[in-house]
Amino acid sequence: MEEILIDLQVRKKIHTNNGVEILDVSLTIPEYGLVTLFGKSGTGKTTLLRIIAGLTQPDSGYIKVGTETWYDGKKRINIKPQQRNIGFVFQDYALFPNMTVKEHLLYASPQKETRYISELLDVFHLKGLCNRKPGKLSGGQQQRLAVARALARKPRILLLDEPLSALDSETRQVLQKELLQAHRDFHATTILVSHDIEEVSRLSDFVYVIGNGKIRKEGKPGDVFPKPEITKELQLVGIITAIEDNILTVSVNGTVMKIPSTVEEIKDLKINDSILFTSRIPDPKSQIPHLNSPGS
Amino acid sequence: MNDLFFQTVWISIKLASLTTIVLFFAGIPVAYFLTYSSFRLKVVLQAFVSMPLVLPPSVLGFYLLIAFSPNYWFGGFLDHYLSIRLAFSFAGILIGSIIFNLPFMVNSIQTGFSNLPVSLKDASYTLGKSRLTTIFRVLLPNIKPALLTGVCLTFAHTIGEFGVILMIGGNIPGKTRVASLAVYDEVQALNFDMANKYAIFLFLFSFGVLLFIYSVNREYLKWKRF
Repeated sequence: MEEILIDLQVRKKIHTNNGVEILDVSLTIPEYGLVTLFGKSGTGKTTLLRIIAGLTQPDSGYIKVGTETWYDGKKRINIKPQQRNIGFVFQDYALFPNMTVKEHLLYASPQKETRYISELLDVFHLKGLCNRKPGKLSGGQQQRLAVARALARKPRILLLDEPLSALDSETRQVLQKELLQAHRDFHATTILVSHDIEEVSRLSDFVYVIGNGKIRKEGKPGDVFPKPEITKELQLVGIITAIEDNILTVSVNGTVMKIPSTVEEIKDLKINDSILFTSRIPDPKSQIPHLNSPGS
Repeated sequence: MNDLFFQTVWISIKLASLTTIVLFFAGIPVAYFLTYSSFRLKVVLQAFVSMPLVLPPSVLGFYLLIAFSPNYWFGGFLDHYLSIRLAFSFAGILIGSIIFNLPFMVNSIQTGFSNLPVSLKDASYTLGKSRLTTIFRVLLPNIKPALLTGVCLTFAHTIGEFGVILMIGGNIPGKTRVASLAVYDEVQALNFDMANKYAIFLFLFSFGVLLFIYSVNREYLKWKRF
């Protein structure tokens, strides 16, 4: 049985786009685990992460980490963020524009251990970029620096707030692997905030689904997000880009399709609506015949 | 004649330099408080800081003159216990000038702080750094253009100050007469040549300061993509 590292139960009034909501959550996180808080934006995931970090104060409840109490509303205990042994990766990375890559890690490392810093630079492929400032780094490099900086303090808990959401899908896949590797190498209990099912399934071993400030579901990613049944139907979600006569033009992940439909079917649809449509999968062709290809 | 010109210009520059130095160190904590504090009554402080922008300088000068007068409690206290008389003295116009220039320094620095993402401060805290370390290592180095703007605006604005200094200082040559007052004085005495000298100095000086701010800030922004 894994040991519980974080045990928390907090309540906080939060202001979201849908008005005031009450964040009311109690959860536990095992030591060395990689747990995801999953949900739509504006449901309080980031607030919860900030509460664990001590950047936002809850209205009531408690946060216990190992044998320490970080927050207790009744006993009026609220340890400052500086005294909580955490690493926080912000959604906008929050890199310091005035510092080079190396200065970031030196600033973050309490003992300025050069060997550990050079290990971090190696793991996150930042060695050649030591003297660059964040403005001269690509999105992926900035993200790596943000994680490396958070780990420089050797935190017990690593908090990641949508760390990959600003990156293109290719960079994201590479960095997902690196995050997993870093999680194994540096032994930090990790809490990830994400709204990307694929990312959550790939990275985490436990998921809390948060909706409207409450935990709606919890479990292993495979149990929380049921795998779709195998059918001969193809389901696609697309955005309507044009409606002409009886033809819908739909963009699915950058691929544009024209779909014939009846007047009745499209009377309630508007441009920019998302639609789900299904289609029978035709028999896959293993080969596309070349017509009049030279030499044949 | 020339001696008097340099003396007057020197008083202007001395007043502006001292005002800027004092306000630089006082402005940073005030601007920090106004940006980051969640104290409810901070709008009151904000309003006070910005008052000199809208208040006629003569009003501020009038109240300061009253305050400095030995006939009232503050001036009386200074006179009686410390033998200091601020009215019609250089120290007096320095205090007036510091109060009058507060918004130019504080608002510039405050704009710098508010344009920084809040996450920079949070990130530094989560790295275990204290508030002071965060201010000196992270926040201030990243608002250099705002600091420079505050310094230059305060300096240039003090050079051009008129009403407050006239009210408190009384336009005493060699003591509290500054270049901007001298222009007025010389015109009154129909000394247009002399007035022109002071005016050209003030014109070129102010233009030079603004040119300096804008060119340095432009280079800075080009060099650092925020």
